[in-house]
Order: sequence, then C-alpha cells, then structure tokens
Amino acid sequence: MTTATVSRWDRFRESFFWYSFKRDKVAIASFIVLLSMVLSAIFAPLLAPTDPYDLAQINIMNSELPPVGMNGADEAFPLGTDAQGRDMLSTILYGTRVSLMIGFGAVLLQAVLGILFGLLAGYLGGKVDSVLMRIADVQLSFSTLMVAIIVGAVFKASFGNLMFGEIAIYMLIFIIGVAEWPQIARTVRASVLAEKKKEYVDAAKVMGFGTGRIMFRHILPNTLSPIFVIATVQIANAIISEAALSFLGLGMPETQPSLGSLIKSGFDYIQSGSWWITLIPGLVLVVLVLVINLLGDWLRDVMNPRLYKG
Amino acid sequence: MTSPLMSIRGLEKKFDLSGSLLEQLQFEGGRLRRKQEAVHALNGVDLEVHKGEALCVVGESGCGKSTVARTVMGLLSPTAGEIHYDGERIDHLSGKQVLPYRRKMQMIFQNPYASLNPRMTIQQTLEEPIRFHHPDWKTDRVKAKVQDVMQSVGIDADWGSRFGHEFSGGQRQRIAIARALAVDPEFIVADEPISALDVSIQAQVLNLMMEAQEQRGLTYLFITHDLAVVEHFGTRVAVMYLGRVCELADTRTLFSNPRHPYTQALLSAIPKLEDDRPNHIRLQGEVPTPVNLPSGCVFHGRCPYANERCRTEVPALITTDGGTQVACHAVEENRL
Repeated sequence: MTTATVSRWDRFRESFFWYSFKRDKVAIASFIVLLSMVLSAIFAPLLAPTDPYDLAQINIMNSELPPVGMNGADEAFPLGTDAQGRDMLSTILYGTRVSLMIGFGAVLLQAVLGILFGLLAGYLGGKVDSVLMRIADVQLSFSTLMVAIIVGAVFKASFGNLMFGEIAIYMLIFIIGVAEWPQIARTVRASVLAEKKKEYVDAAKVMGFGTGRIMFRHILPNTLSPIFVIATVQIANAIISEAALSFLGLGMPETQPSLGSLIKSGFDYIQSGSWWITLIPGLVLVVLVLVINLLGDWLRDVMNPRLYKG
Repeated sequence: MTSPLMSIRGLEKKFDLSGSLLEQLQFEGGRLRRKQEAVHALNGVDLEVHKGEALCVVGESGCGKSTVARTVMGLLSPTAGEIHYDGERIDHLSGKQVLPYRRKMQMIFQNPYASLNPRMTIQQTLEEPIRFHHPDWKTDRVKAKVQDVMQSVGIDADWGSRFGHEFSGGQRQRIAIARALAVDPEFIVADEPISALDVSIQAQVLNLMMEAQEQRGLTYLFITHDLAVVEHFGTRVAVMYLGRVCELADTRTLFSNPRHPYTQALLSAIPKLEDDRPNHIRLQGEVPTPVNLPSGCVFHGRCPYANERCRTEVPALITTDGGTQVACHAVEENRL
C-alpha cells in the first residue's frame, strides 16, 4: 500500500490549497512580503543597527537627519532619524514588531472568546444562544475605537503615564481583543449551526460522547476554514485599530513606539520638512495591512465552500 | 416467548411549530388567543423487538419511521410514552446513567457522506469510541480491536490513515458499520442504511449486516422504505402510517397475507416483472398533514372500507388468528 505511508506534508502538497497558492502570483508575493516583515520583526534585535529602547545609544544631536540620498544624510542612519535622534530603520523594525504582536495577540484573544461563545451559542442554542448573541449585538453596536478610547483613557488616568507605558501593549491587546470578538463568534456560530445537523454529530451523540467533546473535537475542526479567513482580516483590522489609537495618543508610548505612534510623533514635524518620520512608517503600515488583506482575500476564495468543497 | 430486548410503549413525539410565547399570541375576533401548533410525528407507537431478530419498519416518507429510530437512540426525547431496553426504562435517563446503554445500542445512519467526520482519519474515527468506552485499555489493545473490526467489515486495515472523503459511498457505509460494531453492541438501529447507496452496493452492505448479525448475535431495528429489502432482511415487519403502526407481522405472513388496507395497497405497488397482474390498488387523495391529524383511524380518509366507527374511534392493535397484529376496525369486524 503506497497510500498508507502518505505523510501530512505529501497530503498538503497534493491539496487544492497548495495548488491554488502556487498559481496565484498575488498570494505568493503577499506571502513573501509578509513573511519577510514578520521575520525581520521577530529578529529585530539582531537586524537593527541600534536599539531604540536604549537611551544610551541615542544622541539628540542626530535628530531629524534625512534618509540616505538627501542633503545632510548620515551613512549610519539609512532611513534618517526622528525628532529624538533615533535611527528610523531600527525604530521601524521594532515598531513593526510591536504592531504585529498587538495584531496577533488581539486576534488570538478574539479567537479564544469568539470560538468559545460561538460554539456554545451555536451548539447549545435556545436561551444560551439568545443571551450570548444579544451580548454580541450590544457589543457590536459600540464602535471599537470608542470603547478603546474610553477604556484607554480610564486606564491612563488611573495608572498614570509611567505605569501605563509598561502595560500598554497588554492593554491594547485586551481592548482590541474584547471589542472585536463578536465578529468571530458570529462566524463560528453560523458554521456550527450548519455542522451540528450533520450525521457525524448524531453518530458522536449516539456514542455517548459529552457535549464538550462533541463541540471541540468534532464540530470545531470542521468550522476552522471560515475562522482562518476572518482571523486574517481581523489581524489587519487590529493593526489598524492599534495605529489609530496610537495616533490619538492612547496607544503605545513614545518610548516603545509602534508604527502608529511613530506616525504620530512624526506628524508634528511634517510641516517643518521632516516628512520621512511620518511617511516611512506610514508606508510600512500600509504595505503590512495590504499584504495581510490580500492574503485574506485569497484565503477566502480558496476556502469558500461554494467555490470549492473539501 | 422470551421478554423483548427493546420495547416501545405508547411513544408520542410532537415537534412544536408555533415558536415562542410571543409568536403564539394571535388576535382572533377581537380577542387575544394563544395558538399552538405541532407536527404529530408519532402518535402512540407500540413496538417490541426480540433478541436476535431484525424488525423492519416500513412506510412512506413522513410517516415517522426515522423519528422512531432517533427517539429510540435518545437523539430526540419523546413527548410521551416509554422506551424499555432489556426490561429497564431508558428514555428518561440522562448523561452518565445512559452510558452503559450507549455501548449496547448503536446506530447506522442513512447518509454515509455525512456520517463520518471529515477532519478525522478512519483510524481516529474507529479508535475514539473504543477509547471512550474502555478508558483502561492499552493502546495495543485498542489498535488490535480497530484492525479486527475493520477486517470484519471488509475494509483494508492499511487504510486507517485515510480520510472519509477518499472512500466511495459503499466503503464509507462499511466504515460507519465498523464504527457501530467497534463497541460490541447488542442492538443496532439502522436508519435507511442503504438508501443512499448504488443498487449494486446495496446488496453487499445488506449481506455484511446479515453476516454481522449471525456472527455477533445482533438485533436490528431496520428502518427502510424498500420492500424488497424487507423481504430479504426482515424477521418481522412493522408498517407505519402517519405516526402509527398499522400492521405488524412476520415477514412471510405479511407479504403473503397482508391484512390492513394500507399494507395491501403498499404491497400491490411493488413493481413486478410479470405484467399479467391486475392493476395495483390506487388510494384516493393524499396523506393528511400531521399537523391536523384526522380523527379516529388516521387512514380512514383514504380507506375504501372506512365506516362511521373508523371516523371516530382510534383502532388499537389486535392480534388476528394468523398471528398478525393489525390496527383496523374492518379486520376486527370481519368486514375485510
């Protein structure tokens, strides 16, 4: 039997998923760009010429140097420096790292909450469903940013600026994660409603398996495709939300800048000619969100059950 | 006669149509009234399944065959009535209490394309129930049991690492049978297990089920609408119409001497190769809706022998001299 030895990798290489990825140039390009951004963010401490968190390496005399190729540029700072004399390249690498951490962290939290509540609402139905979905409706009727601004402002006022700076990243993950869970919960609930009518669920019930086992081992794996699609888009959304909050001054502090707070810190100097402090992190943010969204689009096309049944 | 393995008494199942309390309230003639509607899927079904037999339940679409199967297996809870297994009442048991019966009673489903979890390999599908019901078994023993059960249904033991969608319908149904057999049940409810299969495969699966019955001493409750299958497979046959059993007899007796007018019409509708028979019995009208059940005998609107008593009084199952149980006033009064 040759088929008995089919490994997971072989199975993946024969799958429609891999086949359509190989044929989609946009998806390949997006994936390469995203992968290189993620890798350079993960290895930022190794790649960056300086450590922007280390005040000893920063010299205020180097502030607002333009990128290489312009008048007055310094070879040591290929993308120029910001108003505090930090190397833009290093700061952007570290900033991408912060933005990605918040994006992935927030979506992880959303996924945990959304999957749990979506499964419970869809599978148990009845009153549990009504209560959970009404909570989700109420939650969705608030704009994410509004909730985040209020919670952020309250935290900032009660903890003080210094303390807030230390916990800001967890705060942002928490705020964005909690504010957006209904998106995933609704998607999960919809697919659970479709799956739970299938006979393999009845077969599991007849076996005497418990509710938790049926929900997590039998139904959840069959609802993963739409979760993947929506989670990809939600990562991009979370990164944008974080950037917006940081731009409003409620996000990451200046000392640990994310892409959003970099844009904000440069915004004050844009009129004085130092456009690169805002423009370059802005471009990085746009590219990052764009490639994630393009990948999400491709993923949706591949996993759309109407186009492809797997 | 020994006591039955499974006995169903006065089983009723209603499916509510009217929704929540707010949706039930209606204005009628200026007054607020509460209006409730339900589909009466089962209206007092009495059945007994004896050890070692294959009781076939036949009837047309919507007569409640599958509802009987699902209620017996606990997938639906009955509105009224009792289900006894081996002398113990099981329909009101919950959670842990019902677990020992889960092992003794298993089910085979209609659609083999939906009854296997698409994200699990065959090995996982078959291992899970064994591990669940025998948590003390070692991995070797579980694997040996899976191999054993796969061989017994004619599935190559090397196919364990494959997924359900890589198999044909017949093979999937074999795997579904293997899953049911994996926990060594005594009693199997089969809900139209071959109606989704190719005709050429149907016989194979049917023979497999009969082999398993011989080797393991299984008892079947077999739901089907295929009368040819009943003749081949069934020990006894129950004919259902609109949620009631109208005739219950040994297979041979039923086919040679049907008593109930509905059974007679049903059997005369079997296509035969010879063309010299008189035309089959044509029933008038349609099956009434199970939302508003007819009074009296559920069949009276279409029955050529119906009289006033049939319109008012519900017939009970009576045993005739041939051993057949019939729910029909005409048979009781010797009008038929």
